[in-house]
Amino acid sequence: MKIRVRGLSRTFVAQGRETPALLDVDLEVAAHEFVCLLGPSGCGKSTLLNIVAGFLRPTAGEVRVDERPVTGPGADRGVVFQEYVLFPWLTVVGNVEFGLRLKGAPAAERRGIVARYLELVGLAAHAEKYPVQLSGGMKQRVAIARALANSPEIILMDEPFGALDAQTREVLQDELGRIQRVEHKTVLFVTHSIREAVYLADRVIVMTSAPGRIKQVFTIKLPEVRDRFAPEFTHYESEITRVVKEEVAKVHE
Amino acid sequence: MSRTRILALVGVLVVWAAVSYGNRMLGVMAPALLPTPGEVATVFAETVRDGSLPRHVATSLARVAVGFGLAAVAALALGLLAAMCVPVRLMVEPIIEFVRPIPPLAFLPMFLVWFGLGEGSKVAFIGYTTFFPMFVAIAAAVLRVDVTLLRAAASLGAGHLDLIRRVILPAALPGIIVALRLGFALALFVIVGAEFMGADAGLGHLIMEGRTFFVPAQIVMGALVLGLLGSIVNALLLATERRLFRWREAGATS
Ligand SMILES: Nc1ncnc2c1ncn2[C@@H]1O[C@H](COP(=O)(O)OP(=O)(O)OP(=O)(O)O)[C@@H](O)[C@H]1O
Ligand SMILES: [Mg+2]
Repeated sequence: MKIRVRGLSRTFVAQGRETPALLDVDLEVAAHEFVCLLGPSGCGKSTLLNIVAGFLRPTAGEVRVDERPVTGPGADRGVVFQEYVLFPWLTVVGNVEFGLRLKGAPAAERRGIVARYLELVGLAAHAEKYPVQLSGGMKQRVAIARALANSPEIILMDEPFGALDAQTREVLQDELGRIQRVEHKTVLFVTHSIREAVYLADRVIVMTSAPGRIKQVFTIKLPEVRDRFAPEFTHYESEITRVVKEEVAKVHE
Repeated sequence: MSRTRILALVGVLVVWAAVSYGNRMLGVMAPALLPTPGEVATVFAETVRDGSLPRHVATSLARVAVGFGLAAVAALALGLLAAMCVPVRLMVEPIIEFVRPIPPLAFLPMFLVWFGLGEGSKVAFIGYTTFFPMFVAIAAAVLRVDVTLLRAAASLGAGHLDLIRRVILPAALPGIIVALRLGFALALFVIVGAEFMGADAGLGHLIMEGRTFFVPAQIVMGALVLGLLGSIVNALLLATERRLFRWREAGATS
């Protein structure tokens, strides 16, 4: 297993009160697998992702990557955030080559890799721009290129397309699907969109309302290139919607 | 400089000339008490010619540069440390809160007692005065750095030093430059006071000399030169800032 999450719990202390955010989560992600996490708002999806990324420590349990326990963030796990986190003082190229510079990669090598990934996300023409000059969709493409250029085996994404309009969102889903067919990363992807999950994932994991536990796992047996209007697709969609709705309803009880 | 700015400055000059030359003609107060632009210009020309003004300016600037420079380095190092290390911050905070409201000039005699009348006391006093506000502003700028930028860098493989050099410093740089500008303005502000007491050179000394030998034109000239120095340095820092932060303006211009 590429990622192994075992007995993971996390409690937050806010205003002197302890609130459990995650409760005894077990999860395994195989190498090259694309796993989507779905669940009602506040159920602990970001918390889980942040623990796998090494930004947060668990209260109990552990995360192993390649059988080694995670103790902090590292270049083996690339992260794409919801809020387009780019270094605003660096150009698109500067952002994408950030990790390569840290590794001390020579200029020629960096140039080649950066060009390849800017091409892959369709931003070759904007290489010298600064983040303020880019649209939200373009920023998120840069963030994806930056994560990929560092060649991590794992990519963690927390609602990367959550702030985009519906059209841009589908375009980026298409791009990510295409990229994944080339790059074969191990991906843990948090989303609120069931359609997005069914479109991208090998497996969809539905979490319970807070404190988050695993409720149900769906293995998506659809072809690599998916048709959002195929009957099998909509079948998965409605089945997962039903399970998610049960949990969302609990939040509002 | 924009036209309105030039106009405003010319306006001040005209009012000054009108009042001082008017005073000459009407004899409201002793002419020597209200120097005219012409007299100030004459003193300026004389002191430039005999080399005393450049020497005073150089002396003051050297003191400001050394005192401010040392304080800036210390404020940067300690500001980073305090912002990044909670125990240090908790320890330093009460001390700062206590020292900050004390007007620095209150301690000037102490510096003369400790460091004597030479360069040491001036440099140390400027260092002391400028350190605290710069330290506070730099620590605040570092604390404002978005934690997700640090997370993004860490998951690209950045270690502690990389985070400081490649994320915290560039992200906090606008705030750091503001802190430095503040510190420099303050240094020019207090150097005069430091040179009033026991100095044999420097713009403060020049101004005090104007008082001792009753040459009001020299006092006004010294003050104007200080203002000019402050404006030049500020303009230089602003120009540097604009070059450094092209990325902030890039969005607005294209
Ligand atoms: N730093 C924190 N301090 C205190 N409580 C926190 C903290 N981070 C998260 N929580 C709490 O933990 C729970 C889970 O939060 P989390 O952000 O993981 O949810 P989520 O599933 O990502 O929600 P969303 O879908 O809205 O992003 C929430 O109740 C939240 O209030
Ligand atoms: Mg979240």
